[in-house]
Amino acid sequence: MCLAVPGKILSIEDKKAVVDINGMQTRADLSLLPDAKVGDYVIVHTGFAIQKYNDKEAEETLQAIREALGEA
Amino acid sequence: MKPDSDLIALQKRLLARMAHNSRSLPITRIMEVCGTHTMAIGRFGLRRVLPDNIRLISGPGCPVCVTPAGYIDQAIAIARKHGLTLAAFGDLLRVPGRTGSLETARAEGVGVEIILSPSDLFRLKKPLLFLATGFETTLAPIASVIQETVQRKEQNIFFLTSFKIVPPTLHLLLNDPEIGIDAFLLPGHVSAIIGEAAYGVLPVPSVIAGFECLSILLALDKIVSMKQDGLTGVANTYRQAVTRNGNRVAQKLIAEMLEPCDEPWRGIGPLPGCSLQLRPAYHSVDAVRVFSLPPLENENTPGCCCGDILKGKIRPFDCPLFAKSCTPDSPVGPCMVSSEGTCAAFYKYERTAP
Repeated sequence: MCLAVPGKILSIEDKKAVVDINGMQTRADLSLLPDAKVGDYVIVHTGFAIQKYNDKEAEETLQAIREALGEA
Repeated sequence: MKPDSDLIALQKRLLARMAHNSRSLPITRIMEVCGTHTMAIGRFGLRRVLPDNIRLISGPGCPVCVTPAGYIDQAIAIARKHGLTLAAFGDLLRVPGRTGSLETARAEGVGVEIILSPSDLFRLKKPLLFLATGFETTLAPIASVIQETVQRKEQNIFFLTSFKIVPPTLHLLLNDPEIGIDAFLLPGHVSAIIGEAAYGVLPVPSVIAGFECLSILLALDKIVSMKQDGLTGVANTYRQAVTRNGNRVAQKLIAEMLEPCDEPWRGIGPLPGCSLQLRPAYHSVDAVRVFSLPPLENENTPGCCCGDILKGKIRPFDCPLFAKSCTPDSPVGPCMVSSEGTCAAFYKYERTAP
């Protein structure tokens, strides 16, 4: 039920964003994330952006695992 | 993340490291409390590749599962009596009440609309009753729509809420001596809303996880190493989405609009302070107040072991009804009714004991 997917904000009009999720465009309400900007990645759940998605953290996490496993 | 050879190699190395680091650990029971984790663990076959002493148990992870049967009955009864259309998320459609489900009510002529977003309510035929269920992830968007409903002075949209919250539930589960939890795999998207800090002091290793195979392995590896080092408390391996303080706007909205209450959880019973209800300022759209509904009672389905399954005391294939009289097409208990319920996940991926 708490399934949510990240997507990139393409445009914003009146607290509603158009978000690209894997090439599919959908609408997301920004009421819970009012400072989101065009170009931000956000996590979308039941038509609402609920949090920003930080892709850099994903890369850093992966890098940290590699280092911990002695691969870096 | 694509399952390319690099990621597969990483996953194998993480498993090998976990096997090595867990050698000296006693049996360690790790409870996940998110239905999407339950499904992911089944789909990736993780229980079959983890070390024998690392046991994954499924807690009350899906708000649909723990919604009382009487709640469904109340919604259908109000719709019939007052000629309301019912709106709900798709997960709720086949959840059995005591007298039927939304699906059977629809076949009998009750208007039932399945929606993907609570914002859809504004474009549906009214008068309308929304079955507002969810953990923090979902109740934040719903709260936003309830606020908008009141601001728009909509007279014909009502909300029958069944909102559950995760942090106090974890503390109650920990205090149940029959369950025996050694660690928690914490839900990623609930945590995106409430933040790491909301869990307070947890006396067992508790790690926030994402939903990819690698993400879950990473969190389990973290739990094993915390166990090994004798550490407790909350760690976060889903930093892409979860911050220390979470979504403050959503938290403020939830705190302003909702207050704790003691609604029963299906299959478990009353968990004091683990549900939320609308505050008086929103009683004009609160179905419980508008239609003077009685409080929901505790309920038990004879022969059904969902209470013990939801608490992780037994596994689905230990229940005499599982995959016999209780299946996804004809669910008896709450764990089978939601596609993300523990029994539904085991029915799909792990139908027999290993």
